[in-house]
Amino acid sequence: MTAATELRPSAGQRLAGLARTLISPRGAVFLLLVLLLVAIAVLNPSFAEPSQFIRFIQRVAPVAIVAIGQYFVIVGGEFDLSMGSVVTAQVVIAGNLIGQDESKALPVLALMLGFGAVIGLVNGLIVSFLKVPSFIVTLGMMLALLGAVLYWTGGAATGNPADGFREIGRGGIRGIPVIDILPWSVVILVVVLALAVWFARRPFGRTIIALGDNPTTARFSGTRSWWVKTSTFMISSLSATVAGVLLVGYAGVHPSVGRGYEFTAITAVVLGGVVLGGGRGWVVAAAAGAFALEALFTLLNFAGVPSTYRDAVQGAIIILAVAYSATTFRARRRGRALEAPVVPPPGAPPPAAAPETSPASGAKTDDSPETPATPAPIPSTQRADNETKGGS
Amino acid sequence: MSTATPTARRRRGRLDSSLVVGIALVVVIAIGAVLVATVGRNFFSPGNIRDILTGMSVLGFVAIGQTLVVLCASLDLSVLYVISLSSLIAADLMAGNPANIPLALAASLGVAGLIGLANGLIVTKLKVNGFIATLGTGLIIKGFLDSNYKGTSGDVPMEFRLIGATGLGPVPVSTILMLAVAVLVWLFLSRTRTGHHIYAVGGNEQVARLSGIRTARPVIVAHVLCSMSAALAGLLLASRSGVGNPTFGAQGGYDLLSIAAVVLGGTLLLGGRGSVWGTIGGVAIFAVVDNVMSVMQVNPFLKDVVRGIVIVAAVAVYASRSVERRRPRFDGGGAPPPAPSPATAEPAASAEPASAEGGVR
Repeated sequence: MTAATELRPSAGQRLAGLARTLISPRGAVFLLLVLLLVAIAVLNPSFAEPSQFIRFIQRVAPVAIVAIGQYFVIVGGEFDLSMGSVVTAQVVIAGNLIGQDESKALPVLALMLGFGAVIGLVNGLIVSFLKVPSFIVTLGMMLALLGAVLYWTGGAATGNPADGFREIGRGGIRGIPVIDILPWSVVILVVVLALAVWFARRPFGRTIIALGDNPTTARFSGTRSWWVKTSTFMISSLSATVAGVLLVGYAGVHPSVGRGYEFTAITAVVLGGVVLGGGRGWVVAAAAGAFALEALFTLLNFAGVPSTYRDAVQGAIIILAVAYSATTFRARRRGRALEAPVVPPPGAPPPAAAPETSPASGAKTDDSPETPATPAPIPSTQRADNETKGGS
Repeated sequence: MSTATPTARRRRGRLDSSLVVGIALVVVIAIGAVLVATVGRNFFSPGNIRDILTGMSVLGFVAIGQTLVVLCASLDLSVLYVISLSSLIAADLMAGNPANIPLALAASLGVAGLIGLANGLIVTKLKVNGFIATLGTGLIIKGFLDSNYKGTSGDVPMEFRLIGATGLGPVPVSTILMLAVAVLVWLFLSRTRTGHHIYAVGGNEQVARLSGIRTARPVIVAHVLCSMSAALAGLLLASRSGVGNPTFGAQGGYDLLSIAAVVLGGTLLLGGRGSVWGTIGGVAIFAVVDNVMSVMQVNPFLKDVVRGIVIVAAVAVYASRSVERRRPRFDGGGAPPPAPSPATAEPAASAEPASAEGGVR
């Protein structure tokens, strides 16, 4: 433990020195992503060519967009398991309603966006007002939505939207010098990511993080929790809708498109160092998590790993990556969080000293009657919930 | 903090939530009986009751184990593949020979126990969230299954198949076994030290640790028991179908359904509150709803829609109560209730880093 914490600063020196303000303490995912991309490029040099690389980004775009949506829900302290079903539902809606009629594309697109918003609204309202855990609400929504979609289509692939609509997912701007083609998916991904970064920096975005970190203090500081929570679910459903639009073009119409996306998205977000349980994480890291996951699959493909072992390797990598960030980066974050209010110089005492001192001081404030720290029990226990639930 | 008061309070809470689940179950049965009567069938006929109880047993085994894990504020998503794996191991080892049954049982339970041990160690020692840890181990087992088994495999001897096929009157043996396991787990939770520690760690890990509990052990034990009870479900499925099958778990969607049943049974997903009997009630609600739908010949896809709505609606009925009940335990510990004004909230916020720092191990 101590050896690890002493190694950390020296090993991560360059990283921290380069962009301490830009890269969060949980920047492990970027390191992982770079390592994976380099490994792929070594195995298959053509991957590094711009035109191939842009194809890779195009393939990741739907996953990354779903992960960005999931990020807002998770950082707000909830889960959204219904995303995969929303993707499936939107794909099927596009297939069945647009058909070969190009002129229907825009109205149906509006309908899909509206439908996505309504799903998110329903999820959010049930979580906020009926106090049902989001895990259960979105699980129910996942079953209900998937069942409804399959009932509608009879369980088989139906419909095929007009080519103009599919162009969003598979086409792009042609004739660009270096990369040859700039797929629309990449453009959309960049726009969504930029919007997400902008949104996360706005007061509203910060409120989401505050709510996920500590609902009690967020409420005390005047947050309309129900609206903040509901809007995160709407964001995630809308992002699933966008991913669905891209997937219609890329993968076609089938009731199995989008299956498992909720777990992929959660995995990507957690790989990006976002803490399950809320309050910690950066949206760009979540998107990078999606890229890292997809790069991992690509690497396994190029390395000739049998497809049946892909899952096993994925499982092992997830556990290792999260364990890595949970054990080393958490210690570092704590150490840094200490720097602000208390004194100790970074690095030296915290890990050893903390466990003994803090409980003692906590007990002291409880005993002394005149300290205004009486409400401490609730926020600190809430904190503990976050720790136990979200100790990723 | 004395041990008597939290125990008493918890016992009251447990009775409470079980009662609510019981009422919900009675309501569901009443509605189901009426619906079944409208299509001219008898809900309470022995055959129908046997169907419901049979439907309860597999999910029951999984959900009992899941209860333990959820009480520790963790989750187990790997049960899906543990079920399939144990059915395959057992069926392969039995190979049609009754003499191999004990060995096969020991092997599949042992392997499941090891998987649970790995889950528990990853959650407690590597500090990986239970959701991610078990998702990861589940994927690893899935990779193993997909690579080594192409389809159904093994052969279960007739003696073992009887477990899944016979019954005492309208009550199948499998359900009796499931209820016996539930009694054992109930005794474990209410009578043993580790059982109490599971509640303590799930309720508040920091407080549990500061009260001198080794917080890792209950979590590991819960994960081991959860995997083993999932293995029992796999064994039961193997005895019913006569073979092991790598898709048993995925067919039933047991990972999420078991969690839903646990929550339906009044156990808090955040941990520390809940009971096995509530879970059995939750499983029974599922079984009744499924049974009514199959008697009424509902479209299989619509069944999922109804299931989803029932899950959310049933939890919504008593979720707000559970949230309310969580509060008193925390300020009951001696601290006066907080005054919700901005002025007092501020020191609370500044006190938070100190408590967070206490979490460094």
